[in-house]
Amino acid sequence: MRARALLVWLVLFCACTGFGQSGGELRFCLRSDPKTFNPLLVNDDASETVRYLTAGFLLRVNRLTQQPEPELATSWKVLDGGKSIRFKLRPGVRYSDGTPFSAADVAYTMQKLLDPSMHLSTSDAFRSGDGELVTHIISPTLIELTFPAPLANLANLFDYVPIVSSSSPQKEMAALGPFFVAEHKAGAFVLLKRNPNYWKKDAQGRQLPYLDSVRLEVEQNREIEAVKYERGEIDLINSVTPAIYEKLASTNASLVRDAGPSTDTEELWFNQVPAAPIPAYKKQWFASTAFRRAVSEAINRQDMARLVFRGHAVPAVSIVPQSNKFWFNSSLSPYPYDTADALRRLDADGFHLDNQQLRDKAGHPVEFSIVTNAGNPYREKMATMIQQDLKKIGIRVSVVTLDFNSLLERMLQTFNYEACLLGNVNGDLDPSSLMTMWLSSGEDHIWNPKQKTPATPWEAEIDKQMRIQASTLNLHKRKTAWDRVQKIAWEQAPMIYLVNKDSLVAISPQVKNAQPSPFRPQAYWNIEDLMLARR
Amino acid sequence: MKIVHKAAIAVLLCAVFSCVFARNIAPAGYEQQFRDEAQAGPSIHHPLGTDDLGRDRLARLVYGMRVSLFLAPVAALLSTFLAAAVGGIAGLCGGWVERSVMAATDLFLALPWLFLLITVRAVLPLNLSPASSVLITFALLGFLGWAPAARVICAGAKQVLQSDFVWAARARGCGGLRLVRTHILPSLRPALAAQFFLSIPVFIIAEANLGALGLGVAEPLPSLGGLVSELQDLVMLRPEPWRLAPLVVLIVLIGSFQVLLSKQEVHA
Repeated sequence: MRARALLVWLVLFCACTGFGQSGGELRFCLRSDPKTFNPLLVNDDASETVRYLTAGFLLRVNRLTQQPEPELATSWKVLDGGKSIRFKLRPGVRYSDGTPFSAADVAYTMQKLLDPSMHLSTSDAFRSGDGELVTHIISPTLIELTFPAPLANLANLFDYVPIVSSSSPQKEMAALGPFFVAEHKAGAFVLLKRNPNYWKKDAQGRQLPYLDSVRLEVEQNREIEAVKYERGEIDLINSVTPAIYEKLASTNASLVRDAGPSTDTEELWFNQVPAAPIPAYKKQWFASTAFRRAVSEAINRQDMARLVFRGHAVPAVSIVPQSNKFWFNSSLSPYPYDTADALRRLDADGFHLDNQQLRDKAGHPVEFSIVTNAGNPYREKMATMIQQDLKKIGIRVSVVTLDFNSLLERMLQTFNYEACLLGNVNGDLDPSSLMTMWLSSGEDHIWNPKQKTPATPWEAEIDKQMRIQASTLNLHKRKTAWDRVQKIAWEQAPMIYLVNKDSLVAISPQVKNAQPSPFRPQAYWNIEDLMLARR
Repeated sequence: MKIVHKAAIAVLLCAVFSCVFARNIAPAGYEQQFRDEAQAGPSIHHPLGTDDLGRDRLARLVYGMRVSLFLAPVAALLSTFLAAAVGGIAGLCGGWVERSVMAATDLFLALPWLFLLITVRAVLPLNLSPASSVLITFALLGFLGWAPAARVICAGAKQVLQSDFVWAARARGCGGLRLVRTHILPSLRPALAAQFFLSIPVFIIAEANLGALGLGVAEPLPSLGGLVSELQDLVMLRPEPWRLAPLVVLIVLIGSFQVLLSKQEVHA
């Protein structure tokens, strides 16, 4: 009798407090219509969201522990010094349409991915050298992939490879992930339904995912999205602006969460391209390490984080944010805000203050323009703050906002700019994905791209260290080399890192088991574990 | 009606006074950042509060009004002058001249000017001062804004040319420039005034939109259009209604122009 009463109370308690339960529909917004449902062709955020929720992967990097975990592959082994990898696949797995999953699908996916005619961006990471991928299907659950040359981060690269079926009549629409695309109304919504054949179960043996469906509404306007969230029409916002975060937090602190510094950086750099159509004396300033470091020291990053991002950002140290636990060089700290030291540095380099105006050795007034992309209020504010900060050391800055295409043309083709303020989205935690940015010959070596030979000894040293970290499987060696690159970049300041923005998410208290991560996709990375409380 | 007319004149006079004496009215410089008082509400020191960077909103509104209210009318004058010249010539000459000029005007209206503006920004030096940038922006608006008005003026000129008093003047031997100066232009004045007043708010808003191409008023100089475009974060407006001040000012100013415009039309 007493036990029955206790049970009744427990049921009532669960009902009243909104205890999580299986079923229900999770709703959130996409910024645009997905451009494709083919997981291999994904090249936009909306399609990426659909892919994350529907595709199956051999392994996935856990967004909290930052470690790879088995998914469709139960285990893997890297062989031949990073040239080959052998996957043992999960037996008995089926696609959403019932087609069985086997090693032939992995081989088919990799062949498609590396097909040069497909022009897939994901494939770049696997192009280690000249030659073709060799796939060896040992059995339906065992496959070995051999690449032309070793890849340092080979296993983790498969976090970005969605497996598609080689034999399903539904082709790429057959899903191995927790959901499949059930309905799509262009410009309005995408409805995903629970994959009945999803292989994963929870600790109690219950079939995952807990949710019945996910409804992705297309909504471009962030403000309207926030209003919908406030009204309870959607359950989460994967990324909110600091202003919306503050507004939501002021009404109910439990509506939003700050998941900590993301991998995205905001940075300023000077044009150091020798052929750039800018005056020679300005090229001399920009090539001077003392000048770049002085500018870095004169920028008040704390104020920038506090005012522009309303405290939801931290001063940046390097390309690697402090939240990247393994790869961050913990011996480094952000440049201190110190205008006196900046002036001392400039003085030692031949600059002098003349009636509140900084001049170089030849008497040229120190003034330059900062270009940034129009329509990004955060970058415009950061540029305006830099303008005010540098005025204190006598440097006159003009801020120019350009449409993105014009900006890219100046940055990559005409090199007709002096300084640029932009952000970098770092999806991968591993430095191997940053080769083209740091190698002096790289296209993305943005301050002076595609150098035939390194222009400076420190760029030659960075080249050397980047090649070391890319050519060994020894994690300790890789970490030492990457730490050295970060140290050189900090000392030479070719890129002046400003802030790391926090990952701000809005998750309704109705959504249970949410564990927001600083890394993409912040709010729903553990989608199969999410539950909805009784509405 | 008379009171409304007087109120409109008073509003515009107040606006011009504020613009002329902006330095005395504004509590601080428009670019000065009070970083410890950022996002503050209205206070004695900052009657309209401060923006995200701690800049005084009233100062930015007053200086922004100065930029927009001085330069938008100049741009409107330029475009009205061009419209009068092009539309007037077409209307008065008639025949193939009219057909050619109107065809050219139609072509001008159909051209994708956005690309021209992007090209203009691409060829302009990056180190332009904010003052030069704002002058170029409004000059461009003036040069590009004449075409719709030219069609109206052309139609008006043709109508005036057929009126009895013009025929009478011609019969008395009045012709050429004298006919244009003494009879036709005074008759077209209401249409020209309407085009002038209509262009002012259009140019103020257009300037804000050009900011997206990097052609607007460069930071830290404020403009009325730029301040209005900051109101996009509508979720923040409910708790901070004082931020609507630039929009209210713009509406009141445009309303005042419209009142004066309708007065002009009544007299015409």
